[in-house]
Amino acid sequence: MSEIKIYTKNLDLYYGEVQALKSVSMDILENNVTALIGPSGCGKSTYLKTLNRMNDTIARVKITGDVFLDGEDVYGKSVDVTILRKKVGMVFQSPNPFPMSIYDNIAYGPRMHGVKKRIVLDEIVEKSLKDAAIWGEVKDRLKKPALSLSGGQQQRLCIARALATQPEVLLMDEPTSALDPISTTKIEELVSELKKKYSIVIVTHNMQQAARISDYTAFFLLGELIENNKTEIIFSSPKDTRTEDYITGRFG
Amino acid sequence: MGRANFENELKQLHSEIIEMGSFVETAIDDSIKAFKGNDMELCKTIIENDKNVDEMEKKIESKCLWLIAREQPIASDLRKITTALKIITDMERIGDHAVDIAELTMRIADKNTFADSIHILQMATAAIEMVRNAVTAYVNYDLALAKSTEEKDDEVDEYFILIKQELVEIFKSQPQNMDNAIDFLLIAKYLERIADHAVNICEWVHFSQTGKHKNTLIF
Repeated sequence: MSEIKIYTKNLDLYYGEVQALKSVSMDILENNVTALIGPSGCGKSTYLKTLNRMNDTIARVKITGDVFLDGEDVYGKSVDVTILRKKVGMVFQSPNPFPMSIYDNIAYGPRMHGVKKRIVLDEIVEKSLKDAAIWGEVKDRLKKPALSLSGGQQQRLCIARALATQPEVLLMDEPTSALDPISTTKIEELVSELKKKYSIVIVTHNMQQAARISDYTAFFLLGELIENNKTEIIFSSPKDTRTEDYITGRFG
Repeated sequence: MGRANFENELKQLHSEIIEMGSFVETAIDDSIKAFKGNDMELCKTIIENDKNVDEMEKKIESKCLWLIAREQPIASDLRKITTALKIITDMERIGDHAVDIAELTMRIADKNTFADSIHILQMATAAIEMVRNAVTAYVNYDLALAKSTEEKDDEVDEYFILIKQELVEIFKSQPQNMDNAIDFLLIAKYLERIADHAVNICEWVHFSQTGKHKNTLIF
């Protein structure tokens, strides 16, 4: 049985007067892939961003309830958000490499956290690109602009960039929705490989993707967590009719 | 394909299976009528019509596979389509056994001397009722009817054992009719297999609603 890496308890989130998350209590297990599914506006991306306090960047956000990572309160007064985001990396829907070289994209995070020695940076860059399954394609052009890569390669570069800070958790917000089928397959294969070392939470609109790559699936609706269970149960015999209706396309 | 269209396709699939069920019910009904009445023309009709059952099976199978490819169904939708794929096989086999009985009836022809002295007509009545109820259970997703139909299989099995015993006595007392008697045994065996296929259909009806097949959760 896997350990609990992150848990939230009675998590409420408000954007001003609008409640976007309603008493969400959920465990995210270590070295598992947890998929968050639900219709647009249900709160799944909002929930994802509470896990590394990305919502702090949004004005008028109010959060109550608990978010704990490895037993520590993520919203505790003594928490350094920069360290938190090193530990809990994020990959976004649209690939967003920095306008710099492939090498510098990967080295950026470690440099920010004080790594200066070239040899160490070289090792980190190589390892991260290898872990993201893109080293072979870019090793001979590390000085080239990251923006010269294809969309799928850019997304894997962004994953490598997240891995460079040696996170423990990876948050992925619809990481393949902007990619072609072959790039999507490569990212999915990568996710299945990465979960051996990392705990992964992935937001996806693609039911088949969630069924393919996740161990657990959580269904959100109107800010509430409706059902959270092993993926094989959610996609075969969900307990809540709202879950069944959503995954079979009756709404959403 | 939108959800509304998919729902229509599922309803149509359901209707096509009901139609196939109705065809095989008629086939097995007719095969026993032909056997009782020594009706050679009806036997030929049963044999000729079996190709319609085979075509229905292929058509439904193709539809199911296309629905899986296009819609990537999950949960209850996938259970319905899987059930369809499974029960058309059993229905097609029931149709084949109706043909087997018709062919044996033609072979026995006017040498049909044992029908009144063994329990074969009672067995046929029980087996036909099972097929009818299995199809009805599917039509209405009636789990209670499916369960009671499965339980009736014991009765058909007992008839088979009884008929075997009766035929053994006939073998002993009328060795000159052994060849004929063996054909009767084969008819009884086909009726027993028909009942087994009816049980299979009921088990898949259960699966379509619960995800459990023979009490094991498989989806």
